[in-house]
Amino acid sequence: MGEVILTMKGIDKSFPGVHALDHVDLEVRRGEVHALMGENGAGKSTLMKVLTGIYTKDSGTITYEGKEVEFHNPKEAQEAGIVIVHQELNMMNHLTVAQNIFIGREFMKGILIDDAKMNEEARKLFRQLGIDIDPAEKMGNLTVGKQQMCEIAKAISHEAKVIIFDEPSAALTEAEIEELFKIIRDLRDKQLGIVYISHRMDEIKVITDRVTVMRDGGYVGTLITADCTKSDIINMMVGRVIYEEPKTHSMVAPDAPVVLKVEHLNAGKMVKDVSFELHKGEILGFSGLMGAGRTETARAVFGADRKESGDIYVNGKKVEINSPEDAVKCGIGYLSEDRKRYGIVVGKSVAENSTMASLLDFVSGLFIDKKKEVEVTQKYIDRLKTKTPGVDQLVVNLSGGNQQKVVIAKWLVKNCDILIFDEPTRGIDVGAKSEIYHLMNELAAEGKSIIMISSEMPEILRMSDRIVVMCEGRKTAEIDIAEATQEKIMHAATLR
Amino acid sequence: MQTKKSGNAFTNNPVVRAIGLQRIVVVLAVILEAVLFSILSPKFRQYATVVSILDYSYYISFMAIGVTFCLISGGNDLSVGTGMICYALAGGFLVQQMGWPVWAGMLVTILMGLCFGTLNGVMVAIMNLPPFIATLCTMLITRGFGSIITGGMAVSWPSRKGVGGWFRSLFKIIGTGESIPKGTIIPVGFAIVLACIIIMTIVLNKTRVGRYIIAIGSNKEAARLSGVNVVKYQMMAYIISGFFAGLAGIAYSATFSSSVAPGTGAGLELDAIGGAIIGGTSMTGGQGSIIGTLLGVFVMSLLKTGLPYVGLQANWQQIITGIVLIVAIYIDVLKNRKTAH
Repeated sequence: MGEVILTMKGIDKSFPGVHALDHVDLEVRRGEVHALMGENGAGKSTLMKVLTGIYTKDSGTITYEGKEVEFHNPKEAQEAGIVIVHQELNMMNHLTVAQNIFIGREFMKGILIDDAKMNEEARKLFRQLGIDIDPAEKMGNLTVGKQQMCEIAKAISHEAKVIIFDEPSAALTEAEIEELFKIIRDLRDKQLGIVYISHRMDEIKVITDRVTVMRDGGYVGTLITADCTKSDIINMMVGRVIYEEPKTHSMVAPDAPVVLKVEHLNAGKMVKDVSFELHKGEILGFSGLMGAGRTETARAVFGADRKESGDIYVNGKKVEINSPEDAVKCGIGYLSEDRKRYGIVVGKSVAENSTMASLLDFVSGLFIDKKKEVEVTQKYIDRLKTKTPGVDQLVVNLSGGNQQKVVIAKWLVKNCDILIFDEPTRGIDVGAKSEIYHLMNELAAEGKSIIMISSEMPEILRMSDRIVVMCEGRKTAEIDIAEATQEKIMHAATLR
Repeated sequence: MQTKKSGNAFTNNPVVRAIGLQRIVVVLAVILEAVLFSILSPKFRQYATVVSILDYSYYISFMAIGVTFCLISGGNDLSVGTGMICYALAGGFLVQQMGWPVWAGMLVTILMGLCFGTLNGVMVAIMNLPPFIATLCTMLITRGFGSIITGGMAVSWPSRKGVGGWFRSLFKIIGTGESIPKGTIIPVGFAIVLACIIIMTIVLNKTRVGRYIIAIGSNKEAARLSGVNVVKYQMMAYIISGFFAGLAGIAYSATFSSSVAPGTGAGLELDAIGGAIIGGTSMTGGQGSIIGTLLGVFVMSLLKTGLPYVGLQANWQQIITGIVLIVAIYIDVLKNRKTAH
């Protein structure tokens, strides 16, 4: 490790309603790979966006190569030598590799672009990195791994001094990761400063020299990787004080029947051999980090995405679910994490949204029985304590929490006994949150069975009777609430 | 090196790869069309038919070259059909009613195209309107504007024998018996089209303008983050389209002796867009070629010329054009589904 090249000190950033970064520090030296770790929403990406000028910081200082700097956009940061290799690759698939690398600063011969020179320069870069890629190949024909190598080559061609890798290994195969690590070590030996963001604990141990941990927008600490254990890092990541009382034991009767059984479910790249059972009256928490495949599992069970294999049993009977329609017939309701896109029609009234899934029950003759619709809607407004001036209010005018209640009403009207809540309190303020929790507990007590996908650890511990933990498409743990701890869950969520 | 390519011996053949499978298929389609019409109608087999096919191909080609740039940028331009007529009306009106020289009328025609192209560019690139809607509105505006300029009257550009009739010889030389035998037709317009094809192929593949238009159509956000001025180059695509709609207006006025009528032109843009898509330009942006577009245009112009010979008049032509377009777009959709993972 060489001298310090980049210091971020006391970085503070607030968005309306969220204190995203609370006096965060980060120090990167030349010739080190510095891991940046934290749960979803810990503020890692926000910090990097502040660094590269996508966000403006509220306070704090950034010192780069001994001078205080402030970048106003990624291009300025790039010109200074700070480059991000993004998780979602920023590539133009229809252009060649060389054309991508030199986009915006083409070599010219008069008014014409000198593609031959660009290919030559790209070839030099690849040779320097020890990568075998044809610069004249179309970017779209490369594997994700090779595309990432091209991004790195592009970063280097900008004479980068600090390269930030944002979850680079998420989409790579084992062999590609090996190649990536080789390149990263090379870059480190060339005295570049490297920031490595990843959830994979094992990788952190292998590739990084130091690790900085963030939690809930705050700075927790920096350790020398070689001197700490996996548990040390996990403890730092989850070591928060939980104010809400976690559940201490399961509320489900030991002899409660299994209402939903999923066996060996496979769907796409994100769901691999997932099996679980859901009991009557149970709240089953699904925990895991971003990209663990929880939503994908729920969507496959619900029939929203195609599944390759796997059996689903509802109340002990095997069922074929190939579309959401099939799922709803089996009594399964899905409350999407993206309410506005999949849950409600914002421009329609509370009544119209409440009866949307079961409209046929409200038709008499050719017309919709408005009276019945109003009656039933009002019943659920009262029961869920939805705050709305009336059944005719447009859903767009309700608060997030009340919108969520309308979605719940929709599935209750449809008589769904199995409810899948995907991030039920995302974008909902604290007061409404506890109301939703209360409601879910009530529903469970009445005998409804709930699957709750949540990225918030306190929420998982407070609500679940049992917890399924997923990591990269696989179920890695199933923990009874009586034995669940943050550390156990995080351990299972970062198994790779 | 590991790539995702797959295919059979034919599609992996280096010659086939170099020319492009799609282009080979389109050439075969053109030949098949010609053979089919020749068999069904003996009258089709004559030189006059070739001239007629070319006459149609000129203005469609020009529109299609411009539209290809819009499509590659990830947009579209529906205004080229009515626009072309509007610009030709404006230029022709000045020549016929105001006594302007023909060259000035031609200049105005192209300038009008540039203006409306810029308008489209402003709406799409700066105001961020969806290209489909923005250019659909321009389609209406140009149709109305053309009528207003001429007071609802049709406009006749100078006839071949009239003052300024020389401009018709830009596209078609008809022998007068002096140096060229009387009645012999030389379709010189094809040379102009070819020149444009070559120039625009270079612009698309070898200049910043073309490179950035492809980049924007491929991944606009990535282009922006790479420091490409996406507003400027997205606008450029529409300005190019406007310029070529102007050229198309001139070609239309020069090749057809009938007058240019206000209120017409709607639907012609589909010949151009269809030609581009048949030629391998993608509706989703990022890919396309000018040569492919030319080949696609010939598919369309052969249809236009050939269908009347086999007894299928205007209404049937529209139905068949519609079906051809559906097939071409569906092939494009399938192609993109295959490349998306």
